[in-house]
Amino acid sequence: MKEILLKVEGLKKYFPIQEGILKKTTGYVKAVDGISFEVKKGETFSLVGESGCGKSTTGRALLRLIEPTEGKVLFEGEDLISLGDVEMRQRRRDLQIVFQDPFASLNPRHTVQKIIEEPLIVHGVGNREQREAKVMELLEIVGLNKDQAKRYPHQFSGGQRQRIGIARALTLNPKLIIADEPVSALDVSIQSQVLNLMKDLQKQFDLTYIFISHDLSVVRHISDRVGVMYLGNIVELAAKDDLYEQPMHPYTQALLSAVPEADPDVKKERIILTGDVPSPSNPPSGCKFHTRCPKAMDICKQVIPDFVDVGNEHYVACHLHQ
Amino acid sequence: MSQLQHKVETTFATIPKKESLWLDAWKRLRRRKLAMLGGGIVLFFIILAVLAPVLTPYPYDGAELSQRFIKPMEEGHWLGTDDLGRDLFTRIVYGAQISLRVGFLAVVGSIIVGTYLGLVAGYYGKWIDMIISRVFDIMLAFPSILLAIAIVTILGRSLTNALIAIAIINVPTYGRLVRSKVLSLKEEEFIMAAKAIGMKNWRIIYHHLLPNSMTPIIVQGTLGIATAIIETAALGFLGLGAVPPTPEWGTMLADSKDYIQLAPWTVIFPGLSIMLVVLGFNLLGDGLRDALDPKMKQ
Repeated sequence: MKEILLKVEGLKKYFPIQEGILKKTTGYVKAVDGISFEVKKGETFSLVGESGCGKSTTGRALLRLIEPTEGKVLFEGEDLISLGDVEMRQRRRDLQIVFQDPFASLNPRHTVQKIIEEPLIVHGVGNREQREAKVMELLEIVGLNKDQAKRYPHQFSGGQRQRIGIARALTLNPKLIIADEPVSALDVSIQSQVLNLMKDLQKQFDLTYIFISHDLSVVRHISDRVGVMYLGNIVELAAKDDLYEQPMHPYTQALLSAVPEADPDVKKERIILTGDVPSPSNPPSGCKFHTRCPKAMDICKQVIPDFVDVGNEHYVACHLHQ
Repeated sequence: MSQLQHKVETTFATIPKKESLWLDAWKRLRRRKLAMLGGGIVLFFIILAVLAPVLTPYPYDGAELSQRFIKPMEEGHWLGTDDLGRDLFTRIVYGAQISLRVGFLAVVGSIIVGTYLGLVAGYYGKWIDMIISRVFDIMLAFPSILLAIAIVTILGRSLTNALIAIAIINVPTYGRLVRSKVLSLKEEEFIMAAKAIGMKNWRIIYHHLLPNSMTPIIVQGTLGIATAIIETAALGFLGLGAVPPTPEWGTMLADSKDYIQLAPWTVIFPGLSIMLVVLGFNLLGDGLRDALDPKMKQ
């Protein structure tokens, strides 16, 4: 059993809905509604779900880029949420993030060198020459050319920019990298390059990834374990192979049935979900999925299912498996 | 494989070498004729102002009552003389010094204070934003010239106080501009990335928010110099700006307005100067806005 690097307990993020000139809070958008999971050292843990299910919010709340409403984030046993400003800034060296949009995540007024060097300056690492050497080393590691260091982000393609974003995340030798849809803005051919780069880097630097994506084939390619999110909750969590071969939750089953199959001869039963995702400001009672679930029972409308281990560390929150 | 490698190398080679956003903007500005005309007018007045002592043999404040109301182009006075026999060209050239200096300094003052307040209000939000924004609202609720008159009345009549007054009344313009820019920048992922790195707030503000808010400030500042020059002239005309015999254009207009029928050139030339400089800055500012707008970029 591998060592646990990150343990999340009951993480919640509610965004207040404010109305009127007095900014009266009339309700909450429950973007993340009490999720718990563990990430083991050296693994890739993926969070998948449709847009709006709270997976990106989870990633940002873990790093306190948006302050969580409630819950604990234990990183190497230390609760990040309870850290003061100064301690948290120090701790950020160990936890980095790669963003979805490579066009928005790099400061357009800074050269690539400055972008990658800045984390070192901020944390007072090395002198000017050492920092420059580190930048050149990182550029090489992520597959960019040294001569490109003095250029500006707008002079690079999307894939190259994402490499710059990855280099910036690597600068401080982090232990955990949260990759928030790192390839969904890229062309399919570039996606695989960046994914393979991430895999290589993981081996080389002993990194742990939390990989956030809506793309099930990408997740299957890169993950060790996968958590499926729906409306701010994790509905199923299992090792990759277990999840893809034996999905237990009807939502996971529906998601997987929608993945296109390369082989035209394979007959697959598609589960079509009806209706839209309910509003996270007013989620359904009981199991949040019961409004769209093809196997919904009476109990689903009233009782919130427990998140139980059905064996082999395969967790599922569904009344069919209680 | 070698073919592929070759291809990769050529694509790298076609990427232009270090080309900053400013150089890019300058290239686009140069193509705009009206902006370049505006820039030319501004440059012309700057040269006049700088070379004032060389360009004219007369003192700007030496009254010569025997030389009153000489018409333009007569007796060695290009633009004629005024009611006290002072050479009008000399006074306009020295006036250019005053108008440009006051306009520029007032705008720089407004920008420094306004940008700082806007950055703080936009970045920290909450009650700090509340206080700063409400003060801006109160200031903008007054007609600006009225507020300037009130400030000069309190401080006393002088060119410096007129400058201070104009700087103060324009602070909200820049403050609001920066605040709104910061509010949108704050949601950008590169600001999130800066936080994720562990950057302190002041570093995010000065290294990331400020440089990215500069474009609208430069545009507004250029247009603002025009406004500041008009406001200086207006205060001078109302007798609240420069004290005679300072050759400030607005004051000159006020002093000469009684002779508009007898010697129209004493009013026309200062008025024309104000108009030209303001036009120059407005054309330049409009051109800059187009050149610096990233959405215009192909």
